[in-house]
Amino acid sequence: KLIMKDSLLEARISKYVRPTGGKLGPKQLKKIKNRKLKGTLERVENYSQEAAHKAASHELLLIEEPGYLEAEGIEKTFNITQNKLKEQLDENSAKKIFDLKLTNFGPYSLDYTRNGRHMVIGGRKGHLITRDWLENKPGCEIHVKETVRDVKWLHNELFFAAAQKKYVFIYDHNGLEIHRLKKHIEVNKLEFLPYHFLLVSVGNAGWLKYQDTSTGKLVAELRTKLGGCDTMVQNPWNAIINLGHANGTVTLWSPNMSAPLVKMLTHRGPVKAISVDHTGNYMATSGLDGRLKLWDIRTYKPLQEYFTRTPASSLSISQLGLLGVGWGPHITVWKDAFRIKQKSPYMNHLQPGTQIQDIQFCPYEDALGFGHSYGVSSILIPGSGEPNFDSLEANPYQTKKQRQEAEVHSLLDKIQPEMIMLDPTFIGNIDRTSKEIQEKERKEQEEEERAGEGKWEPRNKARGKNSSLRRYLRKKQKNVIDERRMKITRIEQERKANKKRQKETDNKPPTALD
Amino acid sequence: MKVKVLSRNASDYVRETSQDIHKIKRNFDPSLHPFEKAREYTRALNAVKLERLFAKPFVGALSGHVDGVYCMAKHPLKLTTIVSGSGDGELRIWNLSEQTATWNISGHKGIVRGVCCSPTKSDFYYSCGTDKTVKIWNPNELSDEPINTFIGKSAFSAIDHHRSDLIFATSGSQVDIWDENRSNPIKSFTWGADTIHAVKFNQIESNILGSCGTDRSITLHDLRMNSPLAKLILQMKTNAISWNPMEAFNFTAANEDHNCYTFDMRKMDCALNVLKGHVSAVLDLDYSPTGEEIVTGAYDRTLRIFHSRKGHSRDIYHTKRMQRIFCVKFSMDSKYVLSGSDDGNVRLWKANASEKIGPKDYRERAHLEYAEKLKDRYKNLPELKRISRHRHIPKAVKTAQNTKLIMLQSQRRKEENLRKHSKKDSIPYKAERKKSIIGVAK
Repeated sequence: KLIMKDSLLEARISKYVRPTGGKLGPKQLKKIKNRKLKGTLERVENYSQEAAHKAASHELLLIEEPGYLEAEGIEKTFNITQNKLKEQLDENSAKKIFDLKLTNFGPYSLDYTRNGRHMVIGGRKGHLITRDWLENKPGCEIHVKETVRDVKWLHNELFFAAAQKKYVFIYDHNGLEIHRLKKHIEVNKLEFLPYHFLLVSVGNAGWLKYQDTSTGKLVAELRTKLGGCDTMVQNPWNAIINLGHANGTVTLWSPNMSAPLVKMLTHRGPVKAISVDHTGNYMATSGLDGRLKLWDIRTYKPLQEYFTRTPASSLSISQLGLLGVGWGPHITVWKDAFRIKQKSPYMNHLQPGTQIQDIQFCPYEDALGFGHSYGVSSILIPGSGEPNFDSLEANPYQTKKQRQEAEVHSLLDKIQPEMIMLDPTFIGNIDRTSKEIQEKERKEQEEEERAGEGKWEPRNKARGKNSSLRRYLRKKQKNVIDERRMKITRIEQERKANKKRQKETDNKPPTALD
Repeated sequence: MKVKVLSRNASDYVRETSQDIHKIKRNFDPSLHPFEKAREYTRALNAVKLERLFAKPFVGALSGHVDGVYCMAKHPLKLTTIVSGSGDGELRIWNLSEQTATWNISGHKGIVRGVCCSPTKSDFYYSCGTDKTVKIWNPNELSDEPINTFIGKSAFSAIDHHRSDLIFATSGSQVDIWDENRSNPIKSFTWGADTIHAVKFNQIESNILGSCGTDRSITLHDLRMNSPLAKLILQMKTNAISWNPMEAFNFTAANEDHNCYTFDMRKMDCALNVLKGHVSAVLDLDYSPTGEEIVTGAYDRTLRIFHSRKGHSRDIYHTKRMQRIFCVKFSMDSKYVLSGSDDGNVRLWKANASEKIGPKDYRERAHLEYAEKLKDRYKNLPELKRISRHRHIPKAVKTAQNTKLIMLQSQRRKEENLRKHSKKDSIPYKAERKKSIIGVAK
């Protein structure tokens, strides 16, 4: 295993080669006549190939392998319950299957931090709990005594946001209320864009609001014009917000445009749940018409269509591409559902007597956490979590010092909201719009900058260079010679002659006032 | 059933003792690192802003000369030794690390026109002046007398020493080659009757020397031949030349028409490169020991650092107190730049304005190299370009630049109009690199 076979390496290198859009292949390089440019580009190509090779051979150093579940004989994987699974597992893993019975405070929503270590759960009737679920350590527990519709972690486990009855509140890891965001009114769903430090909210009024949590500025307020919205998810690959509306459309938003970037008609009734996978390739949507549709979100084409007996209330896609569907009291997990239409699911779970409110796959773990009407539970789905994390991106084992340094680094690398686009690789590409359009845009920008100055108007001077007579003469019909104009020119000439005569009669030396 | 669930062992990810370093696991899968370009661009922007923030190139001024400093020489073997000659005939030897003068002497009766050091004898310093003498000094000797004096027929304007032999060349009304043991020059080169005001030995092809004359010419001589090699005439006078220490046949000439021209000695009908930027006559220039960078000093009180292959300056240094710059030198570790100006000070500047001086540990170096690469990758984006190009320039230079630009634009426009209204191809385009060359004579 120490020396990778060449064929395996070839297959893995393609994962690490960044696409150049076909513009730097060997054929294109041959066509370049300028030898200096050709040499430079060839060198750049060699470097990137070498980098891809090194990254692929680095895979030898990855210590973990993804989980799996294989049925033997006549049994099927979707018949295996969590109890049966528990018997086969070690103690550490068995601890990850748990039930928190919280019967009083209504259906629960939950969220995991980016490293999958902490979870925050919020009950509808105002119960908020944070805990380190891997080590089973409680964080904080507060009752806010009003409706809580959604909870979301901010950039690390120190802050979380709760969408309460009227406003959005931000709390500390001790449960202390830090901020009340009074611009976010009656919010149904919250999202946090970690690389941009933007807290996004959408509510009953149908406004999509982006707030920068590092500077506190409200970056954008966009009217969706499609009524109240309660389904929102971010596309982790390009930071675009996907909203699902009551008329069956899914719209894609960026804070730079006041209209949606893309509108897709997905269902015949209201869209109930959406989920996007972390590579930004696939989207799963479910509507009240009982359909579950899978889309390729780069080309906006439908891939598969499934049918659920009850409209799916929540969807989640894991890091390794497993699709989790919460419908009624059931959770169904589909494996490899996007490329081929699967005939049977991967795993099933029933939480009897409850309605599933919100499901989330835990990042970097094989667990699926879900909130239902009587509490929060966690089940194990082997093969759902990414086995090897990158410590510099998200580290479940980070110490306090590492967390503080990571916070500083991520603030320094904070991406400006102007860079949120459908294609995040557009930065550094050549602007191929035509010269005329660029000129027009530049003129428009300059006019905008000069908007405050006002149009130039000549001053109302009685005499001198800009006198009323002169102004009249300067007006449009210059080339029209008529009686009035001739009279005026005569007056002008007489005035001049008078002046000259006066100058000659006074023998004073000419002054600046003449 | 066969089942395996992800179960991490905490000891693989957490350090054992607090004396250990933290365990860092990397996974280079691109899907785990989204927004690569945006993050790199943000880092590049931050790097460029920090570079401008830390750009403090002035290190110190060596003062002591009473009159302006008109010539300087760097010691080829000792990194911190500089000798400078001033307008009242005083010579000083400076130690750059202490920023003090270690030795001084009032050696000449008029201006000291040229100083140089000997590569073979590290204690000997040569100076020549308008009092028609060349004197050799040894600072270790206690007496105030030079070791040797050579008297010439006319005032000398420059001096340079051969790389390995005990031969030095002076210029005045002609180029004289002197042997240290003889009191008269062993050879003289003339071509045309005008004065020569600069002479430089090629340090690689040590038999070649180049000289600049007031008849706007650059003449190349070979010691092994009795007559000069070649003569290149430009439109305006060349003030100084410097040989590329890495490419034996290339030299750069600092011209009165505000530009510097790089030539290949073998083919002088076309310049290799034209360095533009100054708004007044370029008075002196020097190559970095790597051959990659050139520092030029001009009459407009500014110092510019160019990359040898590019056309515009990388950086510009100026101070209110620094008046016309007459001599510049690049230090032999290519980290510092020296300027001698007629306010009597020799100023020491960093060659890279935002570089941290001193030893850097591995992680710092790696981070700085990463920042450099990022800036290089995104250097064409408008925001980065604007920030990295931004320099504060004295008002006089700024207005001179604007005026020059307007004048050049109008000249170009008039030429274009002339071309449009005359027969096709009757006014040919002249290459920029050939424009100021009048002729080459062999």
